Amino acid sequence: MRYAMAMDTRKCVGCSDCVVACQTENNVPLGYCRDWIVEAVKGTYPDTVQMHFKSERCMHCENTPCVRTCPTGASHVIDGGIVKVTHDECIGCGACIESCPYDARYVHPEGYVDKCTFCDHRLEQGLNTACVDVCPTSCLIFGDLDDPKSDVSKILQEKDWYVLAPEAGTNPQLYFLK
Amino acid sequence: MEEIINVSGRAVPHIYPHLEIWGTPIALYLFFGGLAAGLLFFSSFFYLKGKADTMPMTVKVAPIIAPIIIILGLMLLLYDLHHVLYFWQLFLHFRIESPMSWGAWTLSIIMIPAILWPLSYLDDIIEYLKENKPKCKMIGLFSWANNLIKNLPLIPKVLDIFTKNRAAVAYVTIGLSIALGVYTGILLSAFNARPLWNTAILGPLFLTSGVSTAAALLMWMSNDHKERTLYSKIDLILIAIELFFIVHMFMGFLSSGIAQVEAAQLLLGGPYTVFFWVLVVGMGLVLPAILEIMELRGYHIPIAIPAFLILMGGLLFRFIMVYAGQASGFHIL
Amino acid sequence: MKTTRRQFIKIAGAGTAGMAVAGSVLGSVQKVGEKALKKDMLDSELTRTPTYCEVCFWKCAAWVYKDKEGNIKKLIGNDEDQHARGKLCPRGTGGLGMYEDEDRLKKPLIRRTDASGNQYYEEAEWDVALDHIAKKMTGIKKDYGKENMALFVHGAPAKHFEYLFKAFGNENHAEPAYAQCAGPREAGFFATFGSGVGSPEPADMQNSKCIVFIGNHIGENMHNSFVQEVSTAIDNEAKIIVVDPRLSTVASKATHWLAIKPGTDLALLLAWMHVLIYDNIYDKEYIDKYAFGFEELKAHVANYTPEWAAGITTINPELIRESAHTMAAASPASVIHPGRHTTWYGDDTQRERAMAMINALLGAYGRRGGMYMGVKQKLPKYPVPAFPHPHWSWQDITKPKFKNAAVGLTNVLIEASLPEFDKKHQIKGWFIAGTSVINTIPDRKAMFRAIDNQDLIVVVDTMPMEMTGYADVVLPESTYLERHDFSRAGKNRIPQIAFRMPAVKAKYDSKPAWWMAKELGHRLGLEKYYPWKDLEEVLDWQFKQVGTSLEEMKKIGVKTFTASEPIYLLDNEEYEFNTNTGKIELYSTDFAEKGYDAMPKYTRHESPGPGFYHLVYGRAPTHTFGRTQNNPYLHDLYETNSIWINPRTAKLWGIENNSDIWLKNQDGVISEFSAKARVTERIRPDSIYMVHGFGHTSKKLSRAKGRGINDIPLITNIKIDPIMGGTGMRNNFVTFILEEPSREEILAAADYKTAKEKEEEAKNLKKKESKANTEKQNDSIKVTHTKEEAKS
Repeated sequence: MRYAMAMDTRKCVGCSDCVVACQTENNVPLGYCRDWIVEAVKGTYPDTVQMHFKSERCMHCENTPCVRTCPTGASHVIDGGIVKVTHDECIGCGACIESCPYDARYVHPEGYVDKCTFCDHRLEQGLNTACVDVCPTSCLIFGDLDDPKSDVSKILQEKDWYVLAPEAGTNPQLYFLK
Repeated sequence: MEEIINVSGRAVPHIYPHLEIWGTPIALYLFFGGLAAGLLFFSSFFYLKGKADTMPMTVKVAPIIAPIIIILGLMLLLYDLHHVLYFWQLFLHFRIESPMSWGAWTLSIIMIPAILWPLSYLDDIIEYLKENKPKCKMIGLFSWANNLIKNLPLIPKVLDIFTKNRAAVAYVTIGLSIALGVYTGILLSAFNARPLWNTAILGPLFLTSGVSTAAALLMWMSNDHKERTLYSKIDLILIAIELFFIVHMFMGFLSSGIAQVEAAQLLLGGPYTVFFWVLVVGMGLVLPAILEIMELRGYHIPIAIPAFLILMGGLLFRFIMVYAGQASGFHIL
Repeated sequence: MKTTRRQFIKIAGAGTAGMAVAGSVLGSVQKVGEKALKKDMLDSELTRTPTYCEVCFWKCAAWVYKDKEGNIKKLIGNDEDQHARGKLCPRGTGGLGMYEDEDRLKKPLIRRTDASGNQYYEEAEWDVALDHIAKKMTGIKKDYGKENMALFVHGAPAKHFEYLFKAFGNENHAEPAYAQCAGPREAGFFATFGSGVGSPEPADMQNSKCIVFIGNHIGENMHNSFVQEVSTAIDNEAKIIVVDPRLSTVASKATHWLAIKPGTDLALLLAWMHVLIYDNIYDKEYIDKYAFGFEELKAHVANYTPEWAAGITTINPELIRESAHTMAAASPASVIHPGRHTTWYGDDTQRERAMAMINALLGAYGRRGGMYMGVKQKLPKYPVPAFPHPHWSWQDITKPKFKNAAVGLTNVLIEASLPEFDKKHQIKGWFIAGTSVINTIPDRKAMFRAIDNQDLIVVVDTMPMEMTGYADVVLPESTYLERHDFSRAGKNRIPQIAFRMPAVKAKYDSKPAWWMAKELGHRLGLEKYYPWKDLEEVLDWQFKQVGTSLEEMKKIGVKTFTASEPIYLLDNEEYEFNTNTGKIELYSTDFAEKGYDAMPKYTRHESPGPGFYHLVYGRAPTHTFGRTQNNPYLHDLYETNSIWINPRTAKLWGIENNSDIWLKNQDGVISEFSAKARVTERIRPDSIYMVHGFGHTSKKLSRAKGRGINDIPLITNIKIDPIMGGTGMRNNFVTFILEEPSREEILAAADYKTAKEKEEEAKNLKKKESKANTEKQNDSIKVTHTKEEAKS
């Protein structure tokens, strides 16, 4: 099993629903977020100006510097390639935060490091992640890359995509559709 | 015109707009680690060279600073942990790929010789101080401690065994001190995500810098003209090596990817340029080197000046690397 | 899921477990809005109750999930509902912030005056507050007449108070949702198709091959199912044409973005009609069959060529032609969305009519992918005696001027509230629920004079919005998560009803609107209109009339019924439109009769003077009007607005990105607060853009207060639509102030404030000044200190 997410930049309206849905689903304290929205504008008014949004979160990389640099093993990978942090093993040293090219982790006010879990507690219940389920534009597609029939496998075969900072060599599993 | 806007969810403390997970405590921790590594290296090295009696400051007296600053460094590290109540998790695990884990264990292990070494020399330290610095207020404290230890069970025996095997311990300590010195660099260089840190030169560079600060401190503390001159020369060599490493570090960055080039730009025309070139390279390396050359050529220069400059340079170097490194990153947009 | 990680040393046991517990206990000290994160939420351990959302007017049906202790954990869209389709928008998802907000109104407040003449609010028990209102209303009835009051409403509380007022014998009800928002499109589409637009707008976008948005920034207005439909349309590779002076979110996804000069939309629409007709690409068969007045229209638009429009709109004529052909190629699955907030320039009904007429030329109305004809399930009214007949109503003071106003107009009722208005029809008491009228209705000058002329102002709200500060009595309403309301039963593709019930006990001393209305009814001697115990009883009765029950609705939340009529025109059937001619009126016989232009004409609107820019305002997907800025969740997502400025304009002024700026309008009104400049290519150089709803002044809105610029005070040049009376608000222009203006300057410019307010502010200012003089030295130290803090 290899969980992955595709994010369709053509459809996203940057509404931040994924952000607030994650906050309520995962009890993320206000002022903190496990996912976030980026707006990118380029070109010049009026002929060449372009804009698109991206919904970003932990990329659940195949190659995980955050897990490697963790001194206690609190950062770990579970089935499906989901990167998680065990709160009671985390000492809050920040090494994993420094090691993440995507700045996807943060220090929870209670001290441990926190991040997106791909809502593994929902996956266990047979549900999708909270951000995927809530998205009004259905621009987030989640599934198992090892299953060629999954939505995410199919869309990645059909559409052009890119990943962020491929040169960081982490092999991220959040794919952005062009 | 290009615009990158964080619409929502990004303004998390210490993450955005500036990544600032590590700061002053880590910079100090790295500085103390390097300095302690240097002190332990010199004491063991010159002991093995048979200089215990001709260089008493190096071999016997100065090492007492090492355990103090190592403990200080560890306390700073703990202070920097956000989930400090769980710090003991560090010592339940050894993670071979994690520099933080290596550091915690290296520091813990080096702590044994670092403490025992000066304890086993307490008699000599007291004698040295009485002879050279009779007004030193520490003499009383050391004497009291010395008496206490001698009356404790077990410890005199341990110290006895330690003294008998000092040569073997010295070999081990040299290895551990090099590991510690290199570790202060690797703690940063192990992060691929921070291009400014992610260079293999950082380990040797920090080791050299750490040893160089220790040499400066020893030069400052020593009363012996010969010992001072020796450290002056050692420092000159170390500064030359450091400059060589720095040049190569930039050559490496500039011949690499865009992220590395941009990281180098932070120190070559970016916000940290003046600090780096004026305070670290200029005041911390080049100026003390010139002063020491003048000193060796017979000009009278108060030894405290180059020594202080080198120590400050080493400290500032770590500060700049910690902060500038966190400002470097990949294009994630 | 099993963990696959391996640990080098693993020591488990009482010791570590004990430490872990100690740690979590120490870590469980929580701040407001922060919860422990130790345990993941399992849906199986939660219970759910139905509701429909009240954060905006889209009213998406949702489930409220609660834990065992009865705390609301999350809100999730109802799968069965056509508005939600299983999803809520960010505002709906963050809706529990409305319930959690600790700044909420907590107790009824009554305005009192102390011995030295200072006014203050006294916390009161409900009985006292309601008695007070009933006494005052009875007084107004005696002194002037029961008709001499006005009811301003928005959202779900509206129905309860409208019912109360009708029972009282008063029909002077108005919603900003008409005269400040959707009114023109209702009038324009009604004149064309004999049917208004309604909500949700029946644009069949999920089946469209081409969708046109005129200044409608869908995606920034998060109308849930519509955003979902546009997304489907993108998947279907539908063409999207966006007319907007700004590269809005949807413009960024468009096939054609027409960066129009503000105020010239009608020229573009006329040129489009010209192309459709003279290039002979309109739906001829459809027009022949259903339309009236085609030849008149053809002659009317003969000279409205794309080349003519290009000079006015600044849009390349080729682009005008091409976009018209794109629309026609997709016909009839091609639609111009009617828009929602359409009170722009004063000729808005005519602009909307032009949009409706293009929809007709495309053969869109009643066609799949065009506009469907919505159907609904009617819920019968609980049987009560007939309401008393008022001696006069809003119609008497509105219709002579604005013949096609379909409902009461806020601005007319405010005009009638001024002391110089004829005594018979003069309004002397306001009852306001769910809308902070001073931040919704422009022309503050009139607003505050009207406020000064009232004997009674009652404000019902959940939050201490600005309007509550002007009330004689403030009534704290429960949020939608704590109350019953009438069911949602509007038109849509399939008839559906959605049910709302309290998920939790009402916080503080707040009460639902139905309870307030009923209690007031009793105090006004209207018991016979309230024969029921509570709203649940009424709802149960209504549900039983249509074959369901309260019990069932509690379980399902949304009930679907079968439609009695088709939502598209049938090919082989005659269809009679609800117009004078029974046809789609390209030539409006109704307008002609009433002396309005039967077909839209282009009129020139004002342009900004040198150094001034069109003030364009809009929405953020995370906020509803000015109502949600203090919601902790939504504030967290989007805490203030910014002023969009084209880089060329910014360069001219030397404005840097993210610098603080103030705005001044053509009448000298200065914004109360500053906002950050956003220098962006996404807007025309002759316009600036800001999100509406910010710049709150109410000190009790702890999060929203003082953040951003409020557009409403800057809207002082109002162009009234002669047909339906809407307030055109986009004829306002602003210039930049780069240095912080003094309070005196702002005050002097704010001639819209009430006399009392100005006096007080001047007093405060003097106090501050004298204080400042004595503590000058201290202050200067403080100032440098804060500056340093700001830097770090």
